[in-house]
Amino acid sequence: MKPREKAQVLDETALERALIRIAHEIVEKNGGTTDLAFVGLRTRGVTLAQRLAERVTGIEGVKPPVGALDITLYRDDLGLKAAQPVVRGTEIPFDVTGKIVILVDDVLFTGRTIRAALDAIMDLGRPRAIQLAILVDRGHRELPIRPDYVGKNLPTSRREVVAVRLREHDGEDRVVIEEPEE
Amino acid sequence: MGWMRKDLLTMQELEPAEIGLILDTAASMKEIAGREIKKVPTLRGRTVVNLFYEASTRTRTSFEIAGKWLSADVVNWSAAGSSAAKGETLLDTAKNIEAMSPDVVVVRHGASGAAQLLARALECAVVNAGDGAHEHPTQALLDLLTIRDKKGHLEGLSVAIVGDIAHSRVARSNIHGMKKLGMTVTVAGPPTLIPPFVQELGVKVCHRLEEAIADVDVVMMLRLQAERMTGGLIPSLREYARYWGLTRASLSAARQDVLIMHPGPVNRGIELAPEVADGPYSVILDQVANGVAVRMAVLYLLAGARAQA
Repeated sequence: MKPREKAQVLDETALERALIRIAHEIVEKNGGTTDLAFVGLRTRGVTLAQRLAERVTGIEGVKPPVGALDITLYRDDLGLKAAQPVVRGTEIPFDVTGKIVILVDDVLFTGRTIRAALDAIMDLGRPRAIQLAILVDRGHRELPIRPDYVGKNLPTSRREVVAVRLREHDGEDRVVIEEPEE
Repeated sequence: MGWMRKDLLTMQELEPAEIGLILDTAASMKEIAGREIKKVPTLRGRTVVNLFYEASTRTRTSFEIAGKWLSADVVNWSAAGSSAAKGETLLDTAKNIEAMSPDVVVVRHGASGAAQLLARALECAVVNAGDGAHEHPTQALLDLLTIRDKKGHLEGLSVAIVGDIAHSRVARSNIHGMKKLGMTVTVAGPPTLIPPFVQELGVKVCHRLEEAIADVDVVMMLRLQAERMTGGLIPSLREYARYWGLTRASLSAARQDVLIMHPGPVNRGIELAPEVADGPYSVILDQVANGVAVRMAVLYLLAGARAQA
């Protein structure tokens, strides 16, 4: 069952513009970069967090710290799958206590990953605030979670797949909607 | 690839990719040990029973801490002062414990094959924490993780395992694991403590300490298991210490970047001189720290495999 590409949502230029806009919104909302820290969700959220931090550096001249969060140990569906998902490790080389943590992921869907991420960050310390930055919000939330920064709002059907492709992993910067072939 | 086994019984049965999966998972678990609050909710509501028929400090504590850091409920059972002392059989005890619905039973027993016996009899996951002179897979896994951390890789490395090979489940598990991962293994010790036909496991045999430890990446010293010595295998502890004890003097035959390992508990002054056990090449305490991470990985992987059964 190979997924069929239905539509392109963002091309390279539009993706870059969305990141620049989010970076500006983050700086504006928080009045600068004081206490700002980025935490990306593995795998593509980490890449997006690094890129956002670079854009913020370009605006403010100060580079906020960037960490990587793996939420596997906090999932609510462990034991429901055939085999345990692979644990890839959390690397947050700074103390989150007192920080404004910008949580970054590529796609926001049911909200369950973000619920797990909030628990995971709280276990590491007590941030002053956590804000959520998402490249694509595709709807279908199952929990009361909403993003603070959105690259693109995208109405989808549940069976569609939103694929975020990034240069570092996939050799291209593009967001597409895919549908599994019957 | 995912983990599909119900139990972890031997290194002999594992595929190299399965060993890699456990080591990678364990490497990720190490981050939790560095946290201020060492707990993740992963195994909340799961129960781990430590069923120990033999004395153990390190292994039992290590499994207990691993389970607790993953939020499992951990129950310790030891043969001394239990129904086993009243004559209950291993299988009866295990069946009774299973009736209380544990998710994982960790077993240590003096009889080789005890873990396999339980794995067949019980529906829950079984982890072998040492069965007689057969295997001790989590020890080999934590040894491999320690070597990989220190050397950056495993394939192509050479290891000398020195001492009481015949009685050592640690040696057996490590030999299986290391051979599968492309490492070279030499076993060394007095002829009475080297099992016949050990070469069939793909290892070299050596009967001189200095020769065995020259030019290897890792020297693994084994504990002289006085409790398993039934007469006449060595002339005296003093003679054993003199010929097979690793001292600063004998260590001069080894490479500058050698790692000295020991599964514990150390007989200080017999197989390891104190200045070597506490010296700069020793990674003995790294092994213990990695033991918790490896056991967290094993409990995590097995708890998932059980759900689909």
